Amino acid sequence: MSALNDKAVDNGRIARRFAALKAEGRAGLVTFITAGDPDLETCRAVLHGLPAAGADLIELGLPFSDPMADGPAIQAASLRALHAGTTARKTLDLVRGFRATDADTPIILMGYYNPIHAYGVDRFLADAIEAGVDGLIVVDLPPEEDEELCIPALKAGVNFIRLATPTTDEKRLPAVLQNTSGFVYYVSIAGITGTASADNAAVGAAVDRLKSRTDLPVAVGFGIKTPEQAANIARVADAAVVGSAIVTRLADGLDADGKARPGLAEDVLGFVRELAGGVRGARA
Amino acid sequence: MTRPNTFRSGPDERGHFGIYGGRFVAETLMPLILEVEKAYREARADPAFEGAIREQLKQYVGRPNPLYYAERLTEKLGGAKIYFKREELNHTGAHKINNCIGQILLARRMGKKRIIAETGAGQHGVATATVCALFDMPCVIYMGETDIARQQPNVFRMKLLGAEVVPVTSGARTLKDAMNEALRDWVTNVADTYYLIGTAAGPHPYPAMVRDFQSVIGDEVRVQMQELEGRLPDSLVACVGGGSNAIGLFHPFLDDPSVQMVAVEAAGHGIDKGPLAHAASITGGRPGVLHGNRTYLLQDEDGQILEGHSISAGLDYPGVGPEHSWLHDIGRVEYVSATDQETLDAFQLCARTEGIIPALESAHALAEIVKRAPKLPKDHLMVLCLSGRGDKDIFSVAQHLGVKL
Ligand SMILES: Cc1ncc(COP(=O)(O)O)c(C=O)c1O
Repeated sequence: MSALNDKAVDNGRIARRFAALKAEGRAGLVTFITAGDPDLETCRAVLHGLPAAGADLIELGLPFSDPMADGPAIQAASLRALHAGTTARKTLDLVRGFRATDADTPIILMGYYNPIHAYGVDRFLADAIEAGVDGLIVVDLPPEEDEELCIPALKAGVNFIRLATPTTDEKRLPAVLQNTSGFVYYVSIAGITGTASADNAAVGAAVDRLKSRTDLPVAVGFGIKTPEQAANIARVADAAVVGSAIVTRLADGLDADGKARPGLAEDVLGFVRELAGGVRGARA
Repeated sequence: MTRPNTFRSGPDERGHFGIYGGRFVAETLMPLILEVEKAYREARADPAFEGAIREQLKQYVGRPNPLYYAERLTEKLGGAKIYFKREELNHTGAHKINNCIGQILLARRMGKKRIIAETGAGQHGVATATVCALFDMPCVIYMGETDIARQQPNVFRMKLLGAEVVPVTSGARTLKDAMNEALRDWVTNVADTYYLIGTAAGPHPYPAMVRDFQSVIGDEVRVQMQELEGRLPDSLVACVGGGSNAIGLFHPFLDDPSVQMVAVEAAGHGIDKGPLAHAASITGGRPGVLHGNRTYLLQDEDGQILEGHSISAGLDYPGVGPEHSWLHDIGRVEYVSATDQETLDAFQLCARTEGIIPALESAHALAEIVKRAPKLPKDHLMVLCLSGRGDKDIFSVAQHLGVKL
């Protein structure tokens, strides 16, 4: 592992959680929701309920006006969150509130670079650490732009989780893996979130290829919509990531004015419980 | 800031113009961006590629277009001697086709089978649909629903040319959303699709490549001015949306210190009227990262991108090409702005004094000339890039003038 990776990166909540999963002999469930979707209050209710519903790691979307790698479900979630007044600062407040109730479940912020750029990289990293953020996934920062945020994050002790994709060929793979820490996120399709689902055998082969090059855990996402699909992924990878399907479930619980109907958070958490059931039963 | 020996050597190998530019794209796209870069580098070294472009520009586009002495406008303004670079006489009526010819020839060299593009006013969409018809390639144009509603003639033109026009309903449904949607298409169809970006923006190598293809504008002006006046021009004026016509005019002159350059952004209702009232990314924005590059952007305090406003659909992009951001910071090019009203006045003035109906985009540059020329001596040679013709705009102009068509 890179010399930059200090203790916090190699030995933080993410590493500890994957070690625990390994000890349990099962894969993890990574759930994605967008911070502040559909409003801060409802989002907080969902967020706080996720660990008990079976989420092993949490990805929290940092809303952005122009999410160009996302499909309609997460685009809409991002806009709902922005309309509800969500900012990077309020996103970090959500994390801080969550940390007060849960010291162990890793939180990874996922989003695009510009809101972090506008916040100021150093200030953002300091505030994120203080709030209890464990990792960052920033879609529009490939290895070619590592100096922007990846290296400062590693120096500060925040995991920078890189996406590997079907287009990441043998030549690029070392660059993609180089400064990655926490886990590697394998994007199982060439495309945007919430659309096609990958073929299971292809995913298995891709995970094996990654595993032959890194000791880091490999999580697989994009296109996982059902407990069955999550279970299939859990058989071949260290974790299954579900985003659009959860966000869609949340959107189904909105009334015509876009307001959360009573019971929305419980319904979303119920769905997460089903997904967790799939993941946990996969290798039984 | 130290002054570089040359202003023409950028970008560096990582696509940076100073701190601007770069390759801020998702990993899925990164191998494609690298492939385009490599293919472009090889093509540039191949005289046959250059020859094919020259041939198309001559026979199909109709280049060189004139550097025309606008005598009546010069007399009317009573100062600088004004020349128009007549890009509006190109096939399809704007400078956009220069870039499309270059990129479609590159896409063919790369063996790509399908072309996608974004468009705002529809000019780039029409130019792309045109070259796709010419080279018999399927063409998908992403266009915001808002823009589709206000640019109906161009939408129909694209369809006549055989393109599929996909309405974009995300975000504010204008140019930036069309670009997001084109990027989404590209990540989904990585194997066979080429993304033909319409301005000098986006991830490296697009800003440099589009600039190179548009530099034919400045190269011709250099030769033509030598023939007409026996010397270099004193100043160059162009409008900036993403910045392709401006950089195409400016780039060949960047290392001639006597040549002054002025780029005109869209001030909409006025830059002092708040961040949503204009589309002047450099004059009224700050640096950020969007669509693959670091550049000046219209954004709020939290880094959310704002929707600009301009009377001209071709200028209301919330960003600007990264080379312009750099040229601004180092002070080589002066960035100013023109309001909707100043633009409408200049539009009418040009129509009546020169018998040329300019595109509203180009009329922004004309508005600056109206301000600047009277204060300059008669031997000051000023070149305006008349980037496009205004037929597409007559409906919106009529509406603004309160005329029912
Ligand atoms: C005639 C004309 N001029 C200028 C522009 C602005 O683009 P750019 O700044 O890339 O030249 C457009 C864009 O649609 C246009 O149609």
